[in-house]
Amino acid sequence: MLDKRINHPLHEKEGKEICFSEASLQKVEQIISRYPKGKEKSALLPLLHIAQEEFEGYLSVDVMDYVAKILNIQPIEVYEVATFYSQYYLDPVGKHVIEICRTGPCAICGGEAMQAYLEKKLSVKEGETTTDGLFTLKAVECLGACGSAPVMQINTEFYEHLTFEKIDQILDELTKKAKEAKSEKSLWKEKFF
Amino acid sequence: MERKILLKHLDVPGIRTFGVFRSTGGYRSVEHALKNMTPDEVVEEVKESGLRGRGGAGFPAGMKWSFIDRKSNKPRYLICNADESEPGTFKDRYLMEKIPHLLIEGMICSCYALGANTGYIYVRGEYKYIIGILNEAIREAYDHGFLGKNILGSNYNLDIHVHSGAGAYICGEETALIESLEGKRGNPRIKPPFPAVVGLYGCPTVVNNVETLANIGFIVNHGGSEFARYGMGKSTGTKLISACGNINNPGVYEIELGLSVREFLYDPKYCGGIKNGKELKAVIAGGSSVPILPANLILQTAAGAERLMTYESLAEGGFVSGTMLGSGGFIVYDEDACIVRNTWNLARFYHHESCGQCSPCREGTGWMENVLHRIENGHGRQKDIDLLVSIASKIEGNTICPLGDAAAWPVASAIRHFRHEFEEHVLHPERCGRNEIGKLENVES
Amino acid sequence: MLKVTIDNHTIEVEEGTTILQAARLIGGAVVPPAMCYYSKLKESGGKCRTCLVKVAQGSARDPRPMPKLVASCRTLVADGMVVQNITSPEVLDTRKAIVEFLLINHPLDCPVCDQAGECQLQDLSYDNGREGTRFEEAKRTFKVVDIGDKIQLHMNRCILCYRCVYTANQLTDKRSHGILYRGDVAEISTYIQNDITNDFSGNMIDVCPVGALTDKSFRFKNRVWFLKPMNASRSCSKCSGKVTAWLRGEEIYRVTGRKDQFDEVEEFICNECRFDKKELTDWTIESPRNIQRASVISQNHYLKAKNPSVILPLENRTVSMEDFDKEINNELYS
Repeated sequence: MLDKRINHPLHEKEGKEICFSEASLQKVEQIISRYPKGKEKSALLPLLHIAQEEFEGYLSVDVMDYVAKILNIQPIEVYEVATFYSQYYLDPVGKHVIEICRTGPCAICGGEAMQAYLEKKLSVKEGETTTDGLFTLKAVECLGACGSAPVMQINTEFYEHLTFEKIDQILDELTKKAKEAKSEKSLWKEKFF
Repeated sequence: MERKILLKHLDVPGIRTFGVFRSTGGYRSVEHALKNMTPDEVVEEVKESGLRGRGGAGFPAGMKWSFIDRKSNKPRYLICNADESEPGTFKDRYLMEKIPHLLIEGMICSCYALGANTGYIYVRGEYKYIIGILNEAIREAYDHGFLGKNILGSNYNLDIHVHSGAGAYICGEETALIESLEGKRGNPRIKPPFPAVVGLYGCPTVVNNVETLANIGFIVNHGGSEFARYGMGKSTGTKLISACGNINNPGVYEIELGLSVREFLYDPKYCGGIKNGKELKAVIAGGSSVPILPANLILQTAAGAERLMTYESLAEGGFVSGTMLGSGGFIVYDEDACIVRNTWNLARFYHHESCGQCSPCREGTGWMENVLHRIENGHGRQKDIDLLVSIASKIEGNTICPLGDAAAWPVASAIRHFRHEFEEHVLHPERCGRNEIGKLENVES
Repeated sequence: MLKVTIDNHTIEVEEGTTILQAARLIGGAVVPPAMCYYSKLKESGGKCRTCLVKVAQGSARDPRPMPKLVASCRTLVADGMVVQNITSPEVLDTRKAIVEFLLINHPLDCPVCDQAGECQLQDLSYDNGREGTRFEEAKRTFKVVDIGDKIQLHMNRCILCYRCVYTANQLTDKRSHGILYRGDVAEISTYIQNDITNDFSGNMIDVCPVGALTDKSFRFKNRVWFLKPMNASRSCSKCSGKVTAWLRGEEIYRVTGRKDQFDEVEEFICNECRFDKKELTDWTIESPRNIQRASVISQNHYLKAKNPSVILPLENRTVSMEDFDKEINNELYS
């Protein structure tokens, strides 16, 4: 993990044409209006959330440059922020990002075993994506649900009081849904902003 | 008879919605404040109440409000700190999920008291569904004329917006939160100046925790002195405690400050005792950054007095034998817990969450994690234990923000109270075996 | 005017003066080291924690001591304030720890580092470091990166003082590098392959306290202590044209800004002066630069060195720092 972050390849611009959908553009406008004139940069974090959701689940250089253009700031200001916060992904991720909590309160309630089980079941190490591109497994710090430890979050959904059986069930369901295809866009954005 | 302020109407069906909330007396404080009180009078009531910040530091809320620069002609802001990220703490999330209007109501009164026309709720990015709940509640408040222009015909205007973070514990520190809200990296600012003078966009700003703000409605309705009748001494009011770890009933409890730790821990109304009939080993009483205490010291002070759930009682004995009420994240460890492994785990957390701005925290947190990892995995030496104490003592107090202290305290306190366990890990690393839990070969499928 | 006492020296300063600035007015050994603060860069300071001092008395009005050590570069003087720097064992002990923190991940590659001999981290370690190391883990490493054809970035050596970021913010119209990631993997970077091209970008080299940003045109050319720093000037349309030309014989090896006794440039210079004017005929050579007491250039000239007493008030000192520097310079250039 550490090595990967330190020796990250210098990212390349691909020069792709990026543009938000009409619906997202409306959201963007609405979000920017929440901050005083001249302080549009405040909208950066929410905008990056929208961008990540809309463009394949991660923030490519092109996407970040696009957000910089919208907010009229330098691209480096976006890179600085995107690399600081752990919820922004800078590399492609699977369709579902599984965030398993690894912090103390979960760990003493079986969280470590859950992570190991997930790694075994998905045949990936923490931080990796399954070969079918369906799941990316990330071990994250405290999700603020210690009362129902061990917990994980997939996309916006919290899964609590995890057991091996429960994990089986959750993953099977998501796999089945994915096979049924029709990438039903989650509605979280509607509620989120 | 236990008395409640925040969760009184928790069990009323539909309390999350405006209509039901209103029917239980919700938003009455807004009417009262806007019609019958001046902003200064509201501030006075909050001072009178003795309400202390519920985010962790316990600073008197009324005093914080009185620091706001009233001479400045810049706009003022109130920010609700809903970046709850301290391991073991999940009470704000509970409150926002169950009774979001309690926060909105408190924020309106607070903004009015501070003369702010804009309020932001900074919610940690992980609580995405909470953001949905809050937005819905805010929309309802606008619809019913409690937000927006000319609220209740009082000429007072107020907008409240929700702002999402994106995964950074450090943004719970108020100046880092402000930076983040401005669209920057969450680097804490160097203080002074304090946010009350130079805050968001350089304007006077107050940052308060969710639970703090949720109490304001009660204080406006019933007066600060009534609030002060709850609790004990300088620990007025009630406190939401989020209990977790090896207990029978993990969850969020509203307790009146002054309850004994023993009762909270063993009464079936609360934690209900240690899970699986095991023995209590240790407790972290106020979120992962406060000192861990062994069973004997959490139930009784070193002087033999009953330990109570108050700011003062938990702190009794200083860091030698006491701890802090902190954010109210109550983490319980049973006899099987490995203190070394847990300390390493928490050190890893603070290492991961250090912003990297100042050298003691940036370099020291990683160093501590590495040394603890070595000890936990059987490569430690006796001198490593003293090395850890030394590193922790050099981080503590020398950093820009309290994250340095938060990283140093768990390590220093674990060694202070469980040194023998660290030594055991150095001398006989094979005996503990708790580090085997997370290993793949031990997972049965 | 406000009265402040630092290590028993009392001085009057204007309102708005920081403890560090006041100490610099007194001069000598009472000046706290500053690795991130740079008086010419707004917002700088507060991060490295090497300048922490003890405020034994907050002010005449409120004589309580401050509960923690404070960053002298960002703490304003109050009237009647009493500060302890080198007279406080706690401050010195903490400083030692800070140096250790700064060094644990530093590569200590001074033998191959162009900054050696004029490195603030070297000086700091020499004055405040401890012998040996308690750090046994693997150091973090980064690749060496060219950011443009003029500047090389050795992230391994960086202490994250943010000075170069402020320089780019305040001297250039478009910043293209910044601080990426966080915690101990934070780094100076452009993120994508990007050149820093700006007429004043070279000043990042001068403000860098360590060898993280170095002049590519000077790379491995010579050791700074073999060169003679000379005041030189030319008429330049972009900057003042007042520089230090570093000579060996008749050859100009490099050009930098003129640094004062606190290692800060007096004026920022443009890239044309710095990188493109390397002929003697480009410059009017004015006079030798004053060489700092602590500079490695003055090695073997310590004969008359005498650390001024910090206990005595200024006027009672036996040898003033100015006289001392003058002596060294006379000897070197004679």
